[in-house]
Amino acid sequence: MTDKKTLFIDGKEVEFTDEPNLLEVIRKAGMNVPTFCYRPDLTSFGACRMCVVEVEGRGIQSSCTMPPEAGLKIHLNTDRTRRIRKTVLELLLANHDRSCLTCDKSGSCELQQYAEEYGIKQIRYPDKADDEYLPVDDSSPSLVRDPNKCILCGACVRACTEFQGHSVLGFANRGSKTVVQPMNGRPLGQVDCVNCGQCAAVCPTGALTIKSDIENVWKEITNPNKKVVVQMAPATRVAIGEMFGLEPGENSIGKMNAALRRIGFDLIFDTNFSADLTIMEEASEFLGRLQSGQNLPLFTSCCPAWIKYIETAHPEMLNHLSTCKSPMSMMSPVLVDLLPKRLEIERENLVVVAIMPCTAKKYECKRDDLMRNGRADTDYVLTTQELGRMIKEAGIDFNSIEPEPNDSPFGEYTGAGTIFGASGGVAEAAVRTAYEFATGETLENVDIKELRGTTNRCRDVELDIKGTKVVVRVVSTLKEAEKSLQEIKNGTAKFHMLEVMACPGGCINGGGQPRSCDNSKIKAERAQGLYKEDSELKLRKSHVNPSIKKLYDEYLEKPNSHKAHEILHTIYKDKLTGSYKDIK
Amino acid sequence: MSVETPHKIDTSKLDEIIKSYDSKKSNLIAILQKVQEVYRYLPEEAMIYIGTKIEGLSPATVFGVATFYAQFSLEPKGKYEIKVCDGTACHVRGSMPVLNAIRNKLNLKEGQVTSDNGLFSLEIVSCLGACGLAPVCVVNDKVYPQMTSDAISMVLDTLMKEEGSN
Repeated sequence: MTDKKTLFIDGKEVEFTDEPNLLEVIRKAGMNVPTFCYRPDLTSFGACRMCVVEVEGRGIQSSCTMPPEAGLKIHLNTDRTRRIRKTVLELLLANHDRSCLTCDKSGSCELQQYAEEYGIKQIRYPDKADDEYLPVDDSSPSLVRDPNKCILCGACVRACTEFQGHSVLGFANRGSKTVVQPMNGRPLGQVDCVNCGQCAAVCPTGALTIKSDIENVWKEITNPNKKVVVQMAPATRVAIGEMFGLEPGENSIGKMNAALRRIGFDLIFDTNFSADLTIMEEASEFLGRLQSGQNLPLFTSCCPAWIKYIETAHPEMLNHLSTCKSPMSMMSPVLVDLLPKRLEIERENLVVVAIMPCTAKKYECKRDDLMRNGRADTDYVLTTQELGRMIKEAGIDFNSIEPEPNDSPFGEYTGAGTIFGASGGVAEAAVRTAYEFATGETLENVDIKELRGTTNRCRDVELDIKGTKVVVRVVSTLKEAEKSLQEIKNGTAKFHMLEVMACPGGCINGGGQPRSCDNSKIKAERAQGLYKEDSELKLRKSHVNPSIKKLYDEYLEKPNSHKAHEILHTIYKDKLTGSYKDIK
Repeated sequence: MSVETPHKIDTSKLDEIIKSYDSKKSNLIAILQKVQEVYRYLPEEAMIYIGTKIEGLSPATVFGVATFYAQFSLEPKGKYEIKVCDGTACHVRGSMPVLNAIRNKLNLKEGQVTSDNGLFSLEIVSCLGACGLAPVCVVNDKVYPQMTSDAISMVLDTLMKEEGSN
C-alpha cells in the first residue's frame, strides 16, 4: 500500500504524505494562505484565524490546525474566507498602534502586508486614546517590546517555551485586556530572558523588535577622529544576501567587505579569524580537561544566551563552561591591544563594531566580566538585519557591488572558523585541532559529517582520538541543553564535550538574522553555505592559520599561556542571586 | 485573627502544597487555590516560586493562569470578602446603590479593593444564581438577600463592632 494520498485544493488534485496540517499541504502544492500565528518550527496554535479555508462538508476550518485527509475538497479563496480574513484584519487594526511609518517593522510587517493585500483602506473603529497606549519596554539590551503592536498570535510565547524551555513571555489577563508580557509585566531587562531574540524572529508585527544601534554606529563612522573597525560573524555572510533578493546560503562575504568599506568602516576583519583563535584555546583546554578528568564534560562558551542560562539557572555547573571568551569577545581585545599602536591612534579613538547574527551579543558586549579599564572591548553589536538596513540607507546596490577582500592580518581564516556559524560547527572545528594536538598526526579526513545538521537538535558522535574514545554532544536550543544538564546531574551523561547553541540550528538561525520563520529549509541552506566555503578553503584547521601562528609568536606566546588567559579567557559569575528566581 | 502580612512567603509551606499535588503542572489551578486559601491572595513571590519549582511552568505562565481566572486575586483580600451581585436582576433592583453604600462606608477609593485596615474587600460578581433574592450580597459565604444601602450599612456596622473598629 502506498502512503501517498491525495486531496483537492481548488479543484486541483494534490498529493500529500505526512504533512502535519493542511497549510503545509497547501504550501507544498505551491499555493498559500495568509497566517500570522503559524510558524512551521512551532506547534500549531490556531489563534489568528487568517489561514481559514472552506472544506466541503466541514465548513470553515483553520488550515494550520486541521490534519490533511484523503479526498478532502478544500477552497482557499472564497467569498466567506475572504470576508473572514478581512474582518480579522479590521479587528486587529482596531486597537493596533497606527504609527506604521515610524515602526521598526515597517516594510516587513505581516499585518501591514496583509492589510495592503486585502485592500483594507479604512479602519472603521477610532484610534485608541493616548492614555490607552501601554508603555514601551526597552529595558533589555537586545530587544524592544511594544505591547501596542501585539496581535496576540502567541508565536513569541511558543518560541520561548518550545525552543528555550523558558517561557519568559506569557499571556496575562483575559479577553480584551489580554497582553503578552514577562512575569507580572516586569521589564524584559529584569527577568531571566537570555536575549536569544527568537521571539522577535517569529513576531509578525513590530511588537518585538531588535534594539537598534545603527544611529550610534553612524555617529562613530562620521566622526573624523575615530577609527572604526569591524568584524563579522560566520553566519552573517550566508544570510545577509536574503535582504537583497539573493538565495539563502549564498556566501556574500566579498560583497559584505565592499559594502562595509563603502559605508565607511576603516578596517574590515573577520570573526572567523578569532573563531580559529577560540579553537586554539578551547581545544587545548579540552585536552587538558580530558587528561586531568576534571570539569568534564566541557561546555562550549560561544553562545551568550547559553552562558546567561547557566549563570542564572544552573550556577553550580559553571565549572563545566569553557573559560574561553566567544570569538567576538576574543577578537575585540586583540584589536584593542594591538591596533592603536599600529594605526598610531589613541585607544579612545578606536571603535570596535561587530556584525552578528545574534541579539544576545548586544548583551554580551556589555557584560561586566568583559570590561577592561572601564570600557567594553566591543563597542557596538549590529545584527545582520541592522547591517542590511545600513547598506540600504547608504544607497549601496548590494547585488552589483564588486566583492573585495578584507584587511590583514585579522581577516585571515580557515574553514574551521567558518563552520562556527552552524550547530555542530564549533565541535567539529575543535575536534579537527584537538586530534592533531593530541596525536601529533595529520587528520586526513576533516569532514565530520555526523556532527552536522540543522533539524536534529541533539546528537551524540563518538570519535576515536588514537584509541581514546571521545563522545561529543551537539545540541541546539536551551530546551535540549537542559535535558543534557539533567543527564549530567543524575550521572547518566556519557559525553565529554557539550556544544550548545541556543537558537535552533545554530547561529545561522540567530535572532538577528533576516526573517526565516516561515520556511524551515532556510536553516539548512545557510548551513550548507558555510560548509561549502569550508570545503573550498585550502586551510581547514584552525591551528594552521598563519595569522594565528603569528599572533601567538608575537603576542600571545602559546595557547592557554598567561597572556592568553589574561585577554582571551574570562570568569563567569553565579547570577542566581538577584535573578528573579532568587527566593529564599 | 491577624491578617497574614503580605510580601512574606514561607517556601516550605509552598513546597508542602506543591508536593501534595504531585508537583504536576496540570494541578496548577488547585495549587493556586490552596495558596490563595493560605494568604487570601496570590503573592508575586509565591507565583514565581511555583513557576520555577514545577517542571514545564514558568513564572510568566503561572501569572497568566492567575490573571485569567477571576477567582484569583493578586491583592490581599480582607478578612471579610464582600461580593455584590450585579447580574441583570440585581442590577435592576438596585445593586448599584448598595455597592456605593459599601464603598462609602469602607472609604474605598476608585479601583481600591481592600479597605485600609485590611478587614474588608469588595468584589462585583455577575450572577450568584439567587435572582429571586435580588439584590444579593455575600459576605464570606453568608448570603444577605434583598439588600438596600441602609441594610448593608447595618450589616457592616455589626461586623465592624465585632472587630472592635469603626
